[in-house]
Amino acid sequence: MASITLKNIVKTYDDGFTAVKGIDLDIADGEFVILVGPSGCGKSTLLRMIVGLEDITSGEMLIDGDLVNDKAPKDRDLAMVFQNYALYPHLTVYENIAFPMRLKSSDVPDDEIDERVRRASSLLELDEHLQRKPANLSGGQRQRVAMGRAIVRNARAFLFDEPLSNLDAKLRGQMRTEIARLQRSLATTTVYVTHDQTEAMTLGDRVAVLRRGELQQVASPRGLYEQPVNLFVAGFIGSPPMNFLHGTVEGDTLKLPMFDVPLDDRLRRAVGDRQLVIVGVRPDAFEDADTSDRPLEGGVRAEVDIEMTEWLGEVLYAYVPFEVEQSVHEKLSELDRDLDGEGLRTELVVALDSLSRIRAGDPANLWFSPDSLHVFDPETGENLTRDDERAAALEEDAREQRQRALARAREREERRSASAGAASSGSIPAA
Amino acid sequence: MRTMTWPQRIGWAAIIVAVLVWSLFPVFSILMTSFKTPSGLFSGTLLPEEWTFDNYAEILAPGGGAQDLFLPALRNSVGISLIATFIAVVLATLCAYAIARLDFRGKRIILVTALAVSVFPIVSIVTPLFNLWRVIGLYDTWLGLIIPYLSLTLPIAIWTLAAFFRQIPWELEQAAQVDGATPFEAFRKTVVPLAAPGVFTTAIIAFFIAWNDFVYGISLTSTSAARPVPAALSFFTGASQFEQPTGAISAAAIIVTIPIVVVVVIFQRRIVSGLTQGAVKG
Repeated sequence: MASITLKNIVKTYDDGFTAVKGIDLDIADGEFVILVGPSGCGKSTLLRMIVGLEDITSGEMLIDGDLVNDKAPKDRDLAMVFQNYALYPHLTVYENIAFPMRLKSSDVPDDEIDERVRRASSLLELDEHLQRKPANLSGGQRQRVAMGRAIVRNARAFLFDEPLSNLDAKLRGQMRTEIARLQRSLATTTVYVTHDQTEAMTLGDRVAVLRRGELQQVASPRGLYEQPVNLFVAGFIGSPPMNFLHGTVEGDTLKLPMFDVPLDDRLRRAVGDRQLVIVGVRPDAFEDADTSDRPLEGGVRAEVDIEMTEWLGEVLYAYVPFEVEQSVHEKLSELDRDLDGEGLRTELVVALDSLSRIRAGDPANLWFSPDSLHVFDPETGENLTRDDERAAALEEDAREQRQRALARAREREERRSASAGAASSGSIPAA
Repeated sequence: MRTMTWPQRIGWAAIIVAVLVWSLFPVFSILMTSFKTPSGLFSGTLLPEEWTFDNYAEILAPGGGAQDLFLPALRNSVGISLIATFIAVVLATLCAYAIARLDFRGKRIILVTALAVSVFPIVSIVTPLFNLWRVIGLYDTWLGLIIPYLSLTLPIAIWTLAAFFRQIPWELEQAAQVDGATPFEAFRKTVVPLAAPGVFTTAIIAFFIAWNDFVYGISLTSTSAARPVPAALSFFTGASQFEQPTGAISAAAIIVTIPIVVVVVIFQRRIVSGLTQGAVKG
């Protein structure tokens, strides 16, 4: 159990490339923090600096208030799960999990090693595989062995480096909930690196979004989704991503391609005296005005031509191509590159109710509320509609929820150990 | 493995038999010669007409004609080859580990130099070495042979081991260090067990090279103090000047082949085992 504090951490490689450009981050005891960003944003480097596999060029790294910049990995007492698991191929599953305790420095008696390995293996449902070698295990089993090796040590914090990226989609979903459950029940400080935003949104208490070695925003998943600080965070969080349109101000209306939005107080304050802004709309902000059963008062309507649709059962995605004005094209294609995009055509993605009858080639009557618009500065990318009070409230809310969840987990754990003690069996039933 | 059709099986069997005959017939011929009597050597038959152990007695038994030539040579060969192999493997392991893991200046130069040394013809070095060794007193000593043997075995040992170490995922050591191991512990507990097959293979190759050397052995020695078996064989003489030492040479050749065969048989499982499988996602 530990807090981890990063103070202005910089990493410059020998070839002069600066991968991490001064990051400040406070990770509280027991917190689950996600580092997320497109490839090459420095998130893995940052994690490896925390664990001590990468030297820190400048800045301070504190674990529980102790400066660990120059400490070797073994002295930091952190447990890490690697992307390719890094299991020891010559050892059985049992010995792999026991490995950290077999080292000279750990000094754990044999019967306790056995007890802790068995507890971890029953927690991760590895009991029948203990005598097998990693080569004979499936991807998901290897992943669980790697987690077993991490949890037996009672380390001060867990670090995960894209632990699920080598698994197939179904297994990834299962392991994701497994990790969340494990972290809740152990309440160990966790730092988790991923480029998958589903993992970021579902697992994290707080998510740190990185871009080119710089921290963009640290907030709860909801905070990131509803109140992104800039264009990058807005575009990165959410799937399918937020639509970005250019908006020109003409008197009292904000003209978007296809839509005319009347400027209300909120938007006018955001736009200020700018003539040109970038407007962001989430795909799920749209409604099909013809079939929607919600009362669509006010708001903005327009008739558009649907080029493509994708029906996924629970949702229908409709695609509407449009031309981006030259002046913001530059900014948006730069953003696209940052987000690992392919710079394909610009199109509006609309998420509609799956009951909607709209199909490719149909005209559609789309509706959205101006309250759902985000307005960004075309130069700096700053979110002009961000509501700081609302964002702070969201963070406060997330913190409270987290505390309640932790308290519940602790309670459950106590009940369980009490009943396990009564049954005098050391095993923990699978949750 | 998928099953083969009958024509395929027959074809494979034919190829295997051909290769076996090609490689083992000379050995068999020498083995048979070693059992022939001096007069039987020229009978022109493959199998001896009259079986005898005289040739083995001559090189091994006390009082045998070539015994005082062969037994010291055998001792020299075993000792020198083992020491040269041991030193080569230890040095090459450290060197190859550094080459595979660390990024340092001059890494390429080391590899290219190692290759260049092994490309150089032995014959062109041996004369200057002969003069040098005489001056500094290494001539006709074990050390005088071990050093040149290192120049033969080190390059190939470094190259094969470096290739082997590169296959072992870096993450394994890093994981061990995060798990609480010192760098040396991480090396000993993860890299060494995984590299063992590679180290054994390299050791065997190095041993063969040292064991089979003739040019250094004959040029840098003058007495039985350091002369290895291949060189000693050339000093064998017949019982009289009208007899050829062919029988004794054959017997000696068979005896020096035995350690090699034993080593390969013992370690072949280690050589072929692919232990790194499963370290990363397979």
